[in-house]
Amino acid sequence: MHLRTAAARRLAGLVPVLCLLALVLVGCSPDHYPQTALRPLSDFAKIGDDIQTTTFKWAVAVFILVEGALVYAIFRFRGKPNDPEPQQIHGNTTIEIIWTVIPALILAAIAVPTVKGIFETNATPPQAGLKVEVVGHQWWWEFRYPDFKVTTANELHIPVGQTVALHMSTMDVVHSFWPPRFAGKRDVFPNRETRLWFKAEKSGEYSGQCAEFCGIQHGRMGFRIVAQSPEEFKAWAGHMQSLVAKPPAAQSEGEKLFLAKGCVGCHSLNAFEAPKGLIGPNLANVGARSYIAAGTLKNTDENLAHWIMNPQSVKKGVLMPNLGINADEAKALVAFLRAHQ
Amino acid sequence: MATSAIGQQRAHAAPAHGEKTGLWSWITTVDHKRIGILYGSTAFLFFLMGGIEALIMRLQLVKPDNTLVGPERFNELFTMHGTTMIFLAIMPISSMFFNYMIPLQIGARDVAFPRLNAFSYWVFLAGGLFLNSSFLFGAAPDQGWFGYANLTSRQFSPGANVDFWMLGLQILGVASLAAAVNFFVTIVNLRAPGMRLMRMPMFVWMSFITQVLLLLAFPVITVALILLMFDRFFGTNFYVPSGGGDPLLWQHLFWIFGHPEVYILILPAFGIISEVLPVFSRKPLFGYAAMVFSGVFIAFLGFGVWAHHMFATGMGPIPDTFFALSTMLIAIPTGVKIFNWLGTVWGGSIQFRVPMYFALAFIAMFIIGGLSGVMHASPPADLQQTDTYFVVAHFHYVMFGGSIFGLTAGAYYWWPKMFGRVLDEKLGKLHFWLMLIGFNLTFFPMHIVGLNGMPRRVYTYPKGLGFEELNQLETIGSLILGFSFVIFLYNIYKTWRAGRNAPADPWNGSTLEWSIPSPPQEWNFAEVPTVHGRDPLWEAKRQRGGQLPEPPHVSGQGIHLPNPSHWPVVAALGILGMMTGVILLPHIGPWGIMAGGAILLFGVFRWAFEPAG
Repeated sequence: MHLRTAAARRLAGLVPVLCLLALVLVGCSPDHYPQTALRPLSDFAKIGDDIQTTTFKWAVAVFILVEGALVYAIFRFRGKPNDPEPQQIHGNTTIEIIWTVIPALILAAIAVPTVKGIFETNATPPQAGLKVEVVGHQWWWEFRYPDFKVTTANELHIPVGQTVALHMSTMDVVHSFWPPRFAGKRDVFPNRETRLWFKAEKSGEYSGQCAEFCGIQHGRMGFRIVAQSPEEFKAWAGHMQSLVAKPPAAQSEGEKLFLAKGCVGCHSLNAFEAPKGLIGPNLANVGARSYIAAGTLKNTDENLAHWIMNPQSVKKGVLMPNLGINADEAKALVAFLRAHQ
Repeated sequence: MATSAIGQQRAHAAPAHGEKTGLWSWITTVDHKRIGILYGSTAFLFFLMGGIEALIMRLQLVKPDNTLVGPERFNELFTMHGTTMIFLAIMPISSMFFNYMIPLQIGARDVAFPRLNAFSYWVFLAGGLFLNSSFLFGAAPDQGWFGYANLTSRQFSPGANVDFWMLGLQILGVASLAAAVNFFVTIVNLRAPGMRLMRMPMFVWMSFITQVLLLLAFPVITVALILLMFDRFFGTNFYVPSGGGDPLLWQHLFWIFGHPEVYILILPAFGIISEVLPVFSRKPLFGYAAMVFSGVFIAFLGFGVWAHHMFATGMGPIPDTFFALSTMLIAIPTGVKIFNWLGTVWGGSIQFRVPMYFALAFIAMFIIGGLSGVMHASPPADLQQTDTYFVVAHFHYVMFGGSIFGLTAGAYYWWPKMFGRVLDEKLGKLHFWLMLIGFNLTFFPMHIVGLNGMPRRVYTYPKGLGFEELNQLETIGSLILGFSFVIFLYNIYKTWRAGRNAPADPWNGSTLEWSIPSPPQEWNFAEVPTVHGRDPLWEAKRQRGGQLPEPPHVSGQGIHLPNPSHWPVVAALGILGMMTGVILLPHIGPWGIMAGGAILLFGVFRWAFEPAG
């Protein structure tokens, strides 16, 4: 009995350790993280990932050797206060030269693929593919497809297997465009165009977000990437081209409110030939998007109504003011926006 | 050995004859030791503030979509945490050791310019209070410690937040530059006879290199901040793109300062552990010359790597290649240092006292920070790593695992010299283990969440990205880390109550500071020593068969010391007044600037014509 309790106690003591271990194991697998940079899905991202893997292997080797030597020394050379004085060594030129040269060689082994990777990632895209203009805004992303004269917001549609060339800038402060599965970061500036290209290898919906601190809602400046087969993408672009401005007819309650409450002052409902750099995101296909408010909320009717009534409680500091819209009005607006697919 | 004498000798319980006491004696002091204690205690309070800011951030990030603090408060917290830890904690704690230990280690009676030294401290205090007073006005800086343009322009940051930061840093820059001139001249001119450059203790060498870095790097940030001040107050467009300015100009200027700043933060810790490791291995520093030259080389290269902070800006292949290679090059002298520390310990007789624990942990943690640093040196890989928690992990392994562990080693090592009390060993070891475990639990998981897609400087993260578990672990770690400093505080309190117990040389030290009483008398050395080698005290002990007699307290008659002066405080107040004036522009500001300027001029004038003593 006594033995059993002792064993049980020992086992109970192990529980937190096991929990911690499980946590760490789960936490270590990149598959646990949809936004991971360690499962690259494009040619561009793989260049960096290969170099990172090489460097990481060297780092682990050096880590084991050097930390091992340190731990060995700590145990091997334990002394007591009354031990005789150890041999007084001031240095050893040969050893010092060796441990200067070996790291230099390891660094050279890292430097070669690094320089190669620098030139590859800075090259112009391997083949002319789809061009997309990316425009950063406080705190959302505008995407424009000059080939199709189509504009959208916070949801970047791209074809799989074609090189996408992003031409990027910002309407306000510096941001950084980061689609981790497809590429590293590229900052966007108000006074120069920066570029990024990649060829997506797998269809699906992925997330990304702004990576340069850009003000109060930097933390809520996400976007989605929808990678589609070229046919699906073509169909999507064609559909977007059909979303053209209709003369305001005030046919529905929602449309009346959209005009009367001033929504139209910042948001366009027109994907085709829409003006660049409006203050608010383009809403031509807002009803079909998976998220609203730049990756902040899932695009449900309830969330959309909540957002329309009180954007400042969802995303404090956002440029969209609380317009004093009541629940009924919000319902009408949601119905109106939901129809914009 | 002298180490066994601790606790047996309760020497010098009463203050020495002629010791000045009272608040006014501290305000007007020009004694480098008292100024060192002022620096250390002030900086430690700021360190605790910065730590509390960090803990609040960790509590906010403990779960997704948390609303403990809102986005504005979170942005203020990370801005003030970074600014505080760099400018108000690590730098001035290093300054405490420069102040207290450089004169003692080189056998001098004070620094070269004692009143300038007091001025540096008071300006530093003014800058720290100015920065933190922003909390009282609800306008704490919120643009990040790096203050990237053009977010800092009036258009995008209309409040006084950025003003407090920009002017506060400017005040602190004055303190840093004045101190750097002072220590530079002190080390060049005031070394004891026989202490050639290549006989200086490694802490003095690393401090010397740090002063050179300060002198070359701070003018750059000063200029960058002046341009920002002009943009914000006088309508210029240095960083404003709509007026033809360029936000990238700020990034370049900031990092030309910012990267050497990293070495300003770490080199003093390098110096400290280069003192601690030999003493507790009972063996001289391995490869002294290589240690000196690798330090010089790191500092030199430190000015040629700044744009590795900017790989994501898309500079093009040639700059990327240059800065990648120069960054990798810096790993070589850094590696030399680590190997030489190992060489110092190797074959020694390691005495496991608290300072040695921290020094050994420094090496272990700094290796991790160094290796992740090499990982960022590759731009194609860095494009994924930069601005994520991977970088947060990296620099905390360098700044906390490196600088803070090193400075803590220094605190335990020199505490007996500064206060005449050996800190409690048991509590010290408890502090150590909690700090080591807490530190690694807090920062190691950040490598993982960072590479798996968690960006920096976000006030929250959504559910479903997988960040929850490791963020919880980090928060638990941070609480343990915070608690370890409660133990440290209790240790200080307990040993303070117990009274003075430290002999002059509790650790069997090798450098001159251990040849004089603990704490030293005002004049440090009754007789200026003559130095014959790199480890003067070990040599003296060997010649005398192992141990030196406890040095006597002397009357100090006939030793010339500078008079106390209150004019440095007045001049520092003038600078504070001027900067306060700037923040009150345009209305009452000009009057504040003029009044502050007048006080500064008056203070400096009276100071210049004050009888020297």
